[in-house]
Amino acid sequence: MLINHPILGPRDAAEFVYKGDAMLIHRPDWQADDALAQFTDYGYLRDNPAGLHRELWFHEQGDRSWLVVTRNTTTHEITKVELARDVARAEGRSR
Amino acid sequence: MHYSGFKVIKEALTGHRGWGPAWRDATPKAQYDYVIIGGGGHGLATAYYLAKEFKQARIAVLEKGWIGGGNVGRNTTIIRSNYLLDGNEPFYEFSLKLWEGLEQELNYNAMVSQRGILNLIHSDAQRDAFIRRGNAMLLNGADAELLSTAQIVERYPFLNVNNARFPIKGGLAQHRGGTVRHDAVAWGYARAADRRGVDIIQNCEVTGFRIENGTCKGVETSRGFIGAGKVASCVAGSSSRLMEKAGMRLPIESHVLQAFVSEGLKPLLPGVITFGAGHFYCSQSDKGGLVFGGDLDGYNSYAQRGNLPVVEDVCEGGMAIFPNLGRARLLRMWGGIMDMSMDGSPIIDRTHIDGLYFNGGWCYGGFKATPASGYAYAHLLATDTPHKTATAYRFDRFATGHMIDEKGMGNQPNLH
Repeated sequence: MLINHPILGPRDAAEFVYKGDAMLIHRPDWQADDALAQFTDYGYLRDNPAGLHRELWFHEQGDRSWLVVTRNTTTHEITKVELARDVARAEGRSR
Repeated sequence: MHYSGFKVIKEALTGHRGWGPAWRDATPKAQYDYVIIGGGGHGLATAYYLAKEFKQARIAVLEKGWIGGGNVGRNTTIIRSNYLLDGNEPFYEFSLKLWEGLEQELNYNAMVSQRGILNLIHSDAQRDAFIRRGNAMLLNGADAELLSTAQIVERYPFLNVNNARFPIKGGLAQHRGGTVRHDAVAWGYARAADRRGVDIIQNCEVTGFRIENGTCKGVETSRGFIGAGKVASCVAGSSSRLMEKAGMRLPIESHVLQAFVSEGLKPLLPGVITFGAGHFYCSQSDKGGLVFGGDLDGYNSYAQRGNLPVVEDVCEGGMAIFPNLGRARLLRMWGGIMDMSMDGSPIIDRTHIDGLYFNGGWCYGGFKATPASGYAYAHLLATDTPHKTATAYRFDRFATGHMIDEKGMGNQPNLH
């Protein structure tokens, strides 16, 4: 697989480390009343879809940026690659 | 029809006209007591033990494709019970004991071959860890033996024991481990279940669950609605896809694991060797092909095929300890989809929906578990209590902190 890095261009997927579902950038609020239940879901439950999947890849053998890759889990086709930083900021996160 | 040596001779002399189909091609009835979704090894074993040990009841197995077409025909056929943790070892040892009596039990030649399995050791620390594992196995009634390098060289003279990075310093052997003809396991359980009245319904895809007031009443399928007293999901690899139809999210990611077989060779490798440090394991099939594998590709996939970097990695691992492997040509490679759970261990449990049960999360260790998985799941279905060897395989262990994490990797499924 080739991952079209937004800064570096097409890179071999073997340069990356896979983390998992991109929802992992949404860490729950530890002060919420139901924080325990939220963290259990966050830590252990996954949508695991067959089809389009937004997921985190870390460019360990490259510029060490985190990417959000949209990939089809039934064909391995990658349709979108974003910097995780941009995704988080677009959703109102400051860091 | 009972299979026997006498029957083989009789058929040989009469033109093989007396062999019937091994199981009926059943058409679905409107209502069953138990509907098992998934006609793989585990589902068929569940149906068999349910019919035999627990309840005489109306039982159906629904299979989307054909019997033996999923992971039961895609694995590398190894059986063993060399686990460390209390939640696992009694279960896998129970499974190995069931394997030992399987062929007489099913009246089917599954080619169970207890040729032994050897885990290689490369450092003093690893030897200590494997001694601990071996003792845990002995405490649970399994067999284990620590072998020296000299003993390993005597049995496997072709191994490279002086690899610069991973010299072989010994090994932990389980002589009762070995291999089984995987297709025959599916066929044997299918035939035995069918003989006890289980309806095996192929080409019947479950498209949804009928859930009323928190109780599962049956399943919608490509062949119409089928009512059921109890519905049992048993579709490891596709568990998330199926349970999503019941509104459940699971502690599971689906990953692709590749396996490989070389061209047929003369007998070379008498047992199973695992080189965990190099992410490589290998056995030789009775047809002569070297059957080997290694790591997951590492990303979520339902594609049943992997990519080339893992092929290279597995072959490098093989060449490191097994240099003569380089003279053999790779004949075939394929991928299967694994339910990778959050702690590397399976789930056999009820769900929050009455009448809906779950068996999955087998990671890449499901084949060896087939008999015990079927037995324990049948026990759960019939009695609503877990089998004594499978009490730890609960859904809520992630919330309560009772993970069964053999490798100590935490909630990162692609590392288990």
